[in-house]
Amino acid sequence: MKKRVPIRNHQAESALFGRRAIVSLTIVGVVFLGLLANLYKLQVTSFQEFQTRSNSNRIVVLPVAPNRGLIYDRNGEILADNTPVYSLEVSPAEVGDMRTVVEKLVALLELPADTAESFYSRLNQTRRFPQVTLFDNLNESQVARFASVQHQFPGINIEGRLQRFYPHRDLLTHAVGYVGRINQQDVLQLREQELYAQYAATRTIGKLGIERYYENILHGEVGYQTVEVNNRGRVVRTLDFNPPTPGKDIHLELDIGYQKVARDQLRGRRGAIIVLDANTGGILALYSNPGYDPNLFVGGISSTEYRALLNNTSNPLINRATQGRYPPASTIKPHLGVLGLHLGVITAESRVWDPGWYQLEGVERRFRDWRAQGHGWVDITKAIAESCNTYYYDLSFQLGIDNISSFMGEMGFGKRTGIDISEESTALMPDRGWKRARYNEPWYHGETLSIGIGQSFWTVTPLQLATSTSIIATEGRRLQPRLLRGVGEQNAIEYTDIIENPPLVLSDSAHWQTIKNAMQATITDPRGTARLAFLNAPYTAAGKTGTAQVVALSDETDERPDVEDVAERFRDNATYIGYAPAEYPEIVVSIALENVGGGGRNAAPVSRALMDYYFASETEKAAILQAIEDEEANANN
Amino acid sequence: MQTTEERQRHPWLAKLHIDGPLFLGLIALCCVSLFVIYSAGGQDLGLVQRQVIRMGISFGVLFIVAQIAPDTFRTYAVPVYIVGVLMLVAVMFFGVSGKGAQRWLDIGVTRIQPSEIMKLAVPIMLAWYCARNPVPIRFLHVLGGLLLVLAPTLLIARQPDLGTSVLVASSGIFALFLAGMSWRLVFTGAITLGASLPVFWFFLLREYQRQRVLTFLNPESDPLGAGYHIIQSKIAIGSGGFDGKGWLQGTQSQLEFLPERHTDFIFSVFSEEFGFVGVVALLALYGFVIFRGMLLSIRAQSNFQRILGGSVTLTFFIYVLVNIGMVSGVLPVVGVPLPLISYGGTSMVTMMAGFGIIMGIATHRRLAISQST
Repeated sequence: MKKRVPIRNHQAESALFGRRAIVSLTIVGVVFLGLLANLYKLQVTSFQEFQTRSNSNRIVVLPVAPNRGLIYDRNGEILADNTPVYSLEVSPAEVGDMRTVVEKLVALLELPADTAESFYSRLNQTRRFPQVTLFDNLNESQVARFASVQHQFPGINIEGRLQRFYPHRDLLTHAVGYVGRINQQDVLQLREQELYAQYAATRTIGKLGIERYYENILHGEVGYQTVEVNNRGRVVRTLDFNPPTPGKDIHLELDIGYQKVARDQLRGRRGAIIVLDANTGGILALYSNPGYDPNLFVGGISSTEYRALLNNTSNPLINRATQGRYPPASTIKPHLGVLGLHLGVITAESRVWDPGWYQLEGVERRFRDWRAQGHGWVDITKAIAESCNTYYYDLSFQLGIDNISSFMGEMGFGKRTGIDISEESTALMPDRGWKRARYNEPWYHGETLSIGIGQSFWTVTPLQLATSTSIIATEGRRLQPRLLRGVGEQNAIEYTDIIENPPLVLSDSAHWQTIKNAMQATITDPRGTARLAFLNAPYTAAGKTGTAQVVALSDETDERPDVEDVAERFRDNATYIGYAPAEYPEIVVSIALENVGGGGRNAAPVSRALMDYYFASETEKAAILQAIEDEEANANN
Repeated sequence: MQTTEERQRHPWLAKLHIDGPLFLGLIALCCVSLFVIYSAGGQDLGLVQRQVIRMGISFGVLFIVAQIAPDTFRTYAVPVYIVGVLMLVAVMFFGVSGKGAQRWLDIGVTRIQPSEIMKLAVPIMLAWYCARNPVPIRFLHVLGGLLLVLAPTLLIARQPDLGTSVLVASSGIFALFLAGMSWRLVFTGAITLGASLPVFWFFLLREYQRQRVLTFLNPESDPLGAGYHIIQSKIAIGSGGFDGKGWLQGTQSQLEFLPERHTDFIFSVFSEEFGFVGVVALLALYGFVIFRGMLLSIRAQSNFQRILGGSVTLTFFIYVLVNIGMVSGVLPVVGVPLPLISYGGTSMVTMMAGFGIIMGIATHRRLAISQST
């Protein structure tokens, strides 16, 4: 057989290739059409869906926090300000070697040692956020130092925002309060009130005092910024801006002048002061000592600092002016006098013989007057001016607890006054029902006698004392005490209306004058208990002193104080109520001082200082405040 | 006759061994590339400049290769293939690693990537192998040819470099197909391949490769992890809509939601900014280049030249298919660039060399004809 000659059929081979090439091209065409069909599906059929997803990728609506309204005193002095603070923010996605960068920054800016550690724990918790705060509250020099080397730190930048600042520190804490970080409880509450969306960009919320009570006025309305972001969440440009509505400014009745005088008067002592405008119910001063610096709470108080405040035996966190429960002692003698006259149990002229004690019929025990030798024949004027107990043992016995409880309720005791801060105690106006519920015991006559001199179960807040005194001073007007004077910008303040409850009407309106004369006698009578305190006052005034024996306090505290402390803590509480001028009352003052001794000697001079300031001319006022400032400066040196 | 007309129209092109239409197609793709890279690279002119330089080099290579008579490749087919395979083996033992793969060989002066050489060595080798005997190729020879393809494919897949191994394998298989491998074998092979997929899955694929495939099957299962790229890519393409967002206006790419914007995922940038209209135009351009490549191969003088030209052209098509399929979510994520558009040099040089071969095939024949007349 001849070997097959490999003569090639070139044409056939070429044709074969041609066929295969055409098949290949056909496949290529079909595949391309398949790809195009799929792309058509993506770009034309599902365009809407992908466009939406593309937009939601890049368009983010960011809430913008409104600026919080400022708080001013009645003279336009700023009490709560917004100041810029700077924080160091890290965009983790843009930082290469995080550990090294953080280490460098801590060294460069001399940040506290625990900065890095707490940053890493935050970083792990908030991985999904584009920015994490490395350090809050940079000072100016740190800001400047960082700014000069910022280019070396990509992904790190400084962000400024406004933060609450209380320039007067502890002067107004119990009235103005403070803002603090929004916590879980606040979130729940905001959700309940359907206000949570308003706080989308807000870091802090009013926690106490005016800041809390008028949160809705101060906060404002959140704004929105529609921005385009890149894949790291960094804002590339702003597409739309819907600015926030800032909170409204608040103007208080408070006058920092009175606050300063009050603080000066209470220095080193525990107690509270209220000064009311007799004609409006406006609170000119509300001071509780000791106070504390509210700025501690704004950026988040450290647990050590907070524990120190909590464990302080002087309880600085308590607002003594509205939450302190003090036995009123003799300061309620005018009130009981009003009741006695109203019910006709006594008259302006009726007299009682005071041998220095009082004895109930058929009872062995003698209720003693503070003056062992007695006051002799006593009428209502003398009983108030000299603070005669025996007269009041007799009066209260005749009135009976039921009359006293209900009338004192009318004067605001045992109830909230309605002051515009939430920290208020009702204190206690006891009655038979309360005694039964509390101790399952009947009411005893002896207890009525103690009530007659403002002791026993009866407790009051300094604010209640002030408002009830105002009722006497204004002859029955029942004005609700309040801190808010107006809302709005400095030159366009919308003043708030006076809130006045129906007046207290007596059987004869002349009774008011009888009691007011007696209260003036406290100051003018040679044996008046507040005479010394108001010696040579260039104005007329009326008042009533009170000295409460302190036994109950020991029940309230669990700790065992050392011996010296015991002695101090068992000293009497001093109280004082007063108003001036005596004829046309303008201001009402109420004072409570803990463990200082008698009211005439300790509390009345405080009232004198406050009233002196009230009646002083502008230049005198400035001089008084300057003197206080100098004294403070000396004390600090 | 048509060729003569063309020669008469552009005699200087023929002398330079350049095919006009194919050359224009390539230039057009490169122009598109520069515009898209400028947009995808964050409007960085430096990036564009570097790519222009790479294109210059690539066209230089194309020009040089086109001057070589096609039969020269035939002479060196076997030694180049053997050296290539040996280098791949060497890579396995002495290779330099980078980005989780061992792909490079350090030969002192420079690093070379043997798998890149194989992109041309395999089609040349297979074209030589198929053209030794008359076509259609016989069954036994097909088996032999498959072994020639399989060896480098597996070596490259092991590196691991799935993309290149797919390209190398398809270049060889296209050669066998164009050599007239029987249809029965084609279908049997396809079925066998389908049946052996589980084997691939369990024995050949690395964990990350399996992950890619799983992600491809259901990208939304892990939108922030492995599926992120595909989801963002589909969003980019889809949101481009019918007429696109406009050049430099693609938010997905400009705001960096797209990964690998100027390299593997550049098609998504293009689709986002130029829309379906742009996509159709781009695929038409690719279709034209492929059609022209096949046409030149059909007109070639010998089986070797036809098979080589066809194989190189169809491999180019595989590039397009794998890349677009990947970014539009119909194929798994395999690192294959969009030919001539993606930023990068190595594969472009190889590809242009391939087109140089095709042009050589077309023009050298014509010169021979013109000399004889």
